[in-house]
Amino acid sequence: MKTAAHTSVALDDIQGIVRFGYKHHSQASLLLLRVKDREAARAWLAAAPVTSAASIAPLPATALQLALSSEGLAALGVPREIVEGFSAEFIAGMGSDASRARRLGDVDANAPTAWRWGVGNATPHVLLMLYALPGHLAAWQAEIERQCAAGFTTLARWPCGDLRGVEPFGFVDGISQPELDWQRTRPAQDAEQPGYANRTCLGEFLLGYPNEYGGYTDRPLLDPQHDRQGLLPRAEDAPDQADLGRNGSYLVLRQLQQDVPGFWQWVDHQAGGDPTRREQLASAMVGRTRDGVPLAQTPPPATGAAVDLNDFSFDPDPCGVRCPLGAHVRRANPRSADLPPGNPGVLSWFKRTLGFDSEALGLDLVASTRFHRLLRRGRAYGQPVPQAEALQNRAGTDETGLFFICLNANIARQFEFVQSAWLAGTHFNGLRNESDPLLGTRGATPEGRPTDGFSMPQAQGADQCLHGLPQFVTLRGGAYFFLPGIRALRYLAQAR
Amino acid sequence: MTPQSHFMVIAELADGHEPGLRLLLNAMNKKPSLPGLADPGNPILPFGRFERLHFARLVLLDDALQADLQAYGLPRPKLPTCLAFMGDCDGPGHTQLAELAEHAGDGLRRIFAHCQGFSAGTDLLAWMLAHERPLAARYVNWVGRSVLQIRQEQALQQLLATHAPRINITSGTEAVRIWQALSDFVQLEVTGGRLTLTPPEPTPAGWQWRQCLHLLGVPLLGLLLLPFLLVLSPFIVYQLRRLEEADPEICPRPDPEALQTLQELEDFDVSNQYTALGPVKPGLFRRWLVSLLLVAIDYACRHVFTRGHLARVQTIHFARWAFLDDKTRVVFTSNYDGSHQSYMDDFINKVAWGLNLVFSNGVGWPRTRWLIFGGARHEQPFKYYQRRHQIPTQVWYKAYPGLTLADLQRNQRIREGLERSRMNEAQALAWLALL
Repeated sequence: MKTAAHTSVALDDIQGIVRFGYKHHSQASLLLLRVKDREAARAWLAAAPVTSAASIAPLPATALQLALSSEGLAALGVPREIVEGFSAEFIAGMGSDASRARRLGDVDANAPTAWRWGVGNATPHVLLMLYALPGHLAAWQAEIERQCAAGFTTLARWPCGDLRGVEPFGFVDGISQPELDWQRTRPAQDAEQPGYANRTCLGEFLLGYPNEYGGYTDRPLLDPQHDRQGLLPRAEDAPDQADLGRNGSYLVLRQLQQDVPGFWQWVDHQAGGDPTRREQLASAMVGRTRDGVPLAQTPPPATGAAVDLNDFSFDPDPCGVRCPLGAHVRRANPRSADLPPGNPGVLSWFKRTLGFDSEALGLDLVASTRFHRLLRRGRAYGQPVPQAEALQNRAGTDETGLFFICLNANIARQFEFVQSAWLAGTHFNGLRNESDPLLGTRGATPEGRPTDGFSMPQAQGADQCLHGLPQFVTLRGGAYFFLPGIRALRYLAQAR
Repeated sequence: MTPQSHFMVIAELADGHEPGLRLLLNAMNKKPSLPGLADPGNPILPFGRFERLHFARLVLLDDALQADLQAYGLPRPKLPTCLAFMGDCDGPGHTQLAELAEHAGDGLRRIFAHCQGFSAGTDLLAWMLAHERPLAARYVNWVGRSVLQIRQEQALQQLLATHAPRINITSGTEAVRIWQALSDFVQLEVTGGRLTLTPPEPTPAGWQWRQCLHLLGVPLLGLLLLPFLLVLSPFIVYQLRRLEEADPEICPRPDPEALQTLQELEDFDVSNQYTALGPVKPGLFRRWLVSLLLVAIDYACRHVFTRGHLARVQTIHFARWAFLDDKTRVVFTSNYDGSHQSYMDDFINKVAWGLNLVFSNGVGWPRTRWLIFGGARHEQPFKYYQRRHQIPTQVWYKAYPGLTLADLQRNQRIREGLERSRMNEAQALAWLALL
């Protein structure tokens, strides 16, 4: 596994969304399709004009991205033994069973039984993501839909708004992203990382490459006789087998409806109508100001240089005095290293490794963030509600929210872990009975203890606490998809 | 201080009794919404009545993984299915069993009636003691923390959480004043009978003596053995490396249905249970090695890791390792905080070396190097392996639902702070932050 001189990355076989957020393509639309006519569907997929991750100058006017659910693979007639090579989470699907829903916090108002789409006959087979430069979407989308009409029925069609990097509550979004190691300079080996870093092994987001453990995540490896035409790349870790996963990823899609008036009016009420206090409370819940400045970031000396809003750690704020332990960004990405911080030297390393450093133990409840990173590609939908308007009325505003989209190579260890242990976890990092201040469902524990609090540690004295947080975000649907490499897509279109 | 101990009663099922026993066990769970949690008041075995019982479980031990021995060219041993009744309690395990026999005798009789050699006339307690098996190693998160203490300290925390002033304090003297006021308030509640804070019981002298003897005896024995081990060390190292290279890895994906069965029992509480079972690698070398390592682990758990953490892992309440069937199998159980996924990731990322020490002597474990490297760090094979070795825990009881070890720890520190006669400003500030 240590052979470093593997081939360079075939960008033209990877879908563009792995490398680009398509932020210039501010017009976007998501389509959920179900297979109506298998042969027609296959025929379209075999030639679907999917845009790759290779750089193109000037920017293409449009970019199509495509992902398939496990039910979609079955509907297309992909043999069961091939589908079984994918991960258990992908095969089962997001809304498939009560235990997964419980784990993910998809309960009460968020329960799959209440979803608009994602279970039963409303399970999508294919996800199309259409990105276009301003003015180029409508005609192109009509053309794509015309092409798909023979093979698919449209389950849902969502135009995505252009909020210019701001999510509907009004906070700058998408700042924290892992940096993919496209050059493959990080050695493919299992080694302790002394600090939190943003550069992440390709294998955390692309199948067929070594991950942070130096291993290869499971994906369908096929006997070459299933790939007589040699459509698929061979596996790095098993050169005699065809790698259906290579250059592909798993895509998680969740429709999150956001109650913008509800959020701002509640925070305003807590702040007693004081605008400064209102901003403070909202920032504390998010962990960043609305402009995206992290509360935990030490203010830089006034050099005038631009500040990297993703360049900070929570180490200088261990008790959460500046950024509460339960703040949204601290839950979603705790930025912890493999070992809690301590003195340099072998003795300190031993003490921390064996758990004999009590100070380090106190900081060790959430460790090794690098195994739980998500590459986010979400898009907002609906009409933005300006804060002033949100504070005024709640009736009459249209639905707005976010299509949470993320890519990961291991759904269980990445998306599901972050969602369940960190965001929905009521005891995250030693907290007591509180869930994510933005995303939590607030359901009481089986003992009847409420989970609708939010505590803000103070420099001196007992934590300040907010109580009775309402549910601000409601899950309306969700699904797991496989975002295939382009050769794999062509293969799947003809696999029997 | 009341030390904790454990019991484990194991008995073969009588022929044809498995379906009936399963029905009976399922009837002990909270239904229908909480299949993975025992109803503390269930009429068969009302766990909640036993105030010294921390955790308990009833598990059926099957022999499915004995088939893995065929990878060594050995025949597949057939073993009878057994019922295991395990628990962790304050004070001696046999006292707890006696109490169980006295107050839940009818229910226990109904359960054990499905086992071989149990009939209407059997003396229940004598039978349970006769079927009790020794543990090879045990772990207690905080030696001396009793169920009573946990419950009383939780009530104390709830009381203080509602009374603590949530203002930004400007000075340490103010913090000391608040601490004093809260102290007086709690004192009033205690004298008024609205709150009970029972002082710890004296540590049993016999237990202290045994601890002392164990503390010194095991290293002494080790010293005696050392010359032999040193002489044999080239052979031991050679043999270990040879076996590590040759032993087969058996880490297929767990069967989806079996996985589903396990997951349906999880994540109803902030804590979960884990029971795993599997054969030890064949041969005297592995048998001796795993015996020796479990002695060492037991020693570390009894004398070193007694205060809130097992190496870096702070989320295990109780754990145990025990040999079965003449040391050909090991059963491991634990009670941990968080989801299964986070438990396993904690294990891989924090103490993979510790897992490898023991479990690499189990048939099929992901390949290790030098006993501690590799193994569980092979994430995917390890995760498949541990799920495949896990068996469903039919009945699981936890005496303090909703509480994690972080909660217990904080509640304990709150009480300790209250019981001090004085506090300086820094201490008072730190104490207030606990509320």
